[in-house]
Amino acid sequence: MTDLNTTGAAPGPRKKTSLMVQDARTKKRNAAEKRFRLYGVLAIGIAVLALVTLLASVLINGSSAFRQTFITMDIYLDPAKLDKKGTGAIEDIAKVSTFGYAPLIQQAFETVFEKDNIGVEGMTPKTAAELISPEGSAQLRRYVLANPEEIGDTVSFDFLAGGRIDGYFKGRVTMASAELDSNVTPEQLQLADQLKDAGVLRTKFNWDFLTNADASENRPEAAGLGVAIIGSLYMMMVVLVLALPIGVAASIYLEEFAPKNRWTDIIEVNIANLAAVPSIVFGILGLAIFINFAGLPKSAPIVGGLVLTLMTLPTIIIATRASLKSVPPSIRSAALGIGASKMQTVFHHVLPLALPGILTGTILGLAQALGETAPLLLIGMVAFVRDFPGAPPEGLFDPAAALPVQVYNWTQRADPAFVERAQGAIITLLVFLLIMNTVAIILRRRFERRW
Amino acid sequence: MSFMKIATSAFAITAVTATAGVAQSRDNVQIAGSSTVLPYATIVAEAFGENFDFPTPVVEGGGSGAGRKALCEGVGENTIDIANSSSRIKQSDIDTCTANGVTEVMEVRFGYDGIVFASDINGPAFAFTPSDWYNALAAQVMVDGALVANPNAAWSDVNAELPAQDILAFIPGTKHGTREVFDEKVIAAGCEATGAAAAFEAAGDEDGCNMLRTDGVSVDIDGDYTETLARLAANPEAVGVFGLSFYENNTDKLQVATMDGVVPTTESVASGDYPVSRPLYFYVKNAHLGVIPGLKEYVEFFVSDDMAGPDGPLAAYGLVSDPELAMVQEMVAAETPMGPLE
Repeated sequence: MTDLNTTGAAPGPRKKTSLMVQDARTKKRNAAEKRFRLYGVLAIGIAVLALVTLLASVLINGSSAFRQTFITMDIYLDPAKLDKKGTGAIEDIAKVSTFGYAPLIQQAFETVFEKDNIGVEGMTPKTAAELISPEGSAQLRRYVLANPEEIGDTVSFDFLAGGRIDGYFKGRVTMASAELDSNVTPEQLQLADQLKDAGVLRTKFNWDFLTNADASENRPEAAGLGVAIIGSLYMMMVVLVLALPIGVAASIYLEEFAPKNRWTDIIEVNIANLAAVPSIVFGILGLAIFINFAGLPKSAPIVGGLVLTLMTLPTIIIATRASLKSVPPSIRSAALGIGASKMQTVFHHVLPLALPGILTGTILGLAQALGETAPLLLIGMVAFVRDFPGAPPEGLFDPAAALPVQVYNWTQRADPAFVERAQGAIITLLVFLLIMNTVAIILRRRFERRW
Repeated sequence: MSFMKIATSAFAITAVTATAGVAQSRDNVQIAGSSTVLPYATIVAEAFGENFDFPTPVVEGGGSGAGRKALCEGVGENTIDIANSSSRIKQSDIDTCTANGVTEVMEVRFGYDGIVFASDINGPAFAFTPSDWYNALAAQVMVDGALVANPNAAWSDVNAELPAQDILAFIPGTKHGTREVFDEKVIAAGCEATGAAAAFEAAGDEDGCNMLRTDGVSVDIDGDYTETLARLAANPEAVGVFGLSFYENNTDKLQVATMDGVVPTTESVASGDYPVSRPLYFYVKNAHLGVIPGLKEYVEFFVSDDMAGPDGPLAAYGLVSDPELAMVQEMVAAETPMGPLE
């Protein structure tokens, strides 16, 4: 108690203050707090503004990808063109390539011109047929090969309109730009207007965008996300099947069984480091180990899944250990106290209580893996793939694309119609991420217990 | 203990499928290489998948050099079958190929690609010569018979007939095959024509012709043409270098400049009147013919008149059809491997 006396002289008479009146220092402190709050609001404002701008630009540019212009045409499946020998044998019919189907569409336009009094001065059926996507003849050929008995009949088809025509009804192409555009003429747009008035041409919701495979630059209107969605799905399956058991097993051992010594310390530090490794590094690793060394095929979801597993493992281990740690020790003591073995304690009591946290961490890890692009570029997932992969497990080894890579791929294409499709793919990817994150939040809310 | 059971069985399943997958053989054609050739290859692959019973080939970009390197990695199902290339194969590639056992490679030239100079559609029109480009972009140019650091700031300084607009050019980065053609057919030609080449030779400077100015007037674009187009939209004053097919798909945004008075079109490139063009190739690993199903058929389909001919879909996209296509078709049918580079 001597300190008090030695440090200070006796305090002099204090200035009289009132709690009701703010002195200069209080004012200063209050002002500082106000300023800090303002900074906070500003920071949030900037973040929200950035998010809104981003979402708005993606939604405005991309939502049109989900609508597409279709032209309904009655096609006479001319036996003279499709089954020249008249045998009806499927081998002979298959010999007619898609180029052989194009005249059928021209013929249909001729009929429309005559019957419905539609047509633009000086336009031949050949230029008119350019309104329909090249996908049209492929669609016809598929139909005929599936139903060869209908050759000779007249069948109604919903054809995709060409990319420029579709762009005209979405405001991307105008009469003025068509004047300069070498791929479409204003006359073709006039014809499209007439077809719309006649009810032949309609713009409707485009499921094909979600189910079709990618398409070449000649027919952006037919490009879809089907293969990419399946590819991403397969990769997530691989990640889930591999990363969840490995991650959980590793965490349980480290958290509940492992002795605390230098080795486990090193392992712990390295897991934390691994979580911070840039994802492209895992891509290089995947290329070197899975493709060049193990000989797994390129562009296959199995390789993508393995690479993403490596990337997701640390995330899952860290989340799992955190949720194991949050289970109170009293639960373990009680279980051990009534004679349960260490393993029984973990699997009967600790793990079930930690499960919601583990699942949340896993789903967030999966969501991160779903949006990952860089490592996939190195293992050939950026390829043009048109065939759907088979059913798993064999399908895991077939070539496929992935959602984020498809976005990257489409932004590089020359045709302006791919811009809206890339943005549409972003919307699809965001919807998937939103769903996964919502599931994670719901799981946490419903099952998490707090002590 | 059900959790343990699930975990063990999951491992077992993946282990089994992994071995099954390695054992099964590849049944699709795999292609990689030039991003200039990529759109043509995808158009052919798509039509091939539709019209044949073989699976659709898998086509990857990555650049001409990377494609040729992948082709030369060796023979076997884990290596690609075809490398797309917008420039001719190099002796170093052939050496790597030979070292790795890829002895027979078939060189298929399927057409030509024009390289065009285009500016914003609302700006003034340009009519260039290679000399204009050399005088605009080179580090050192001839002024009054002597080599000096490039003093030109506006196109009108280079050539009084060009618009009085600041020089700003977006040219492909050095990793692009397009840049090689630009250097050779435009910059080197301009160097020769302005007399700078002779002056460099006299000064003993071998690389003089290839040095471009570094004061921000010439901008290398390492991305693809979509990036050049986006940059051009942000800087309407600039002039960009594009492939003819890219320009033809964006004629509503770009206006094309003439070179030596010739407008680039598929016709003028085919006739050789338009000077800046290059052949497009793909290289086929002969050892894979007959092993990978559909490979021969794909190559034949690619060079068929239906696809690569003057009225085919490739020409519609912007390819300048090869006048000697019939010869190429014969060569493909006979599976003739390429000889040594001359």
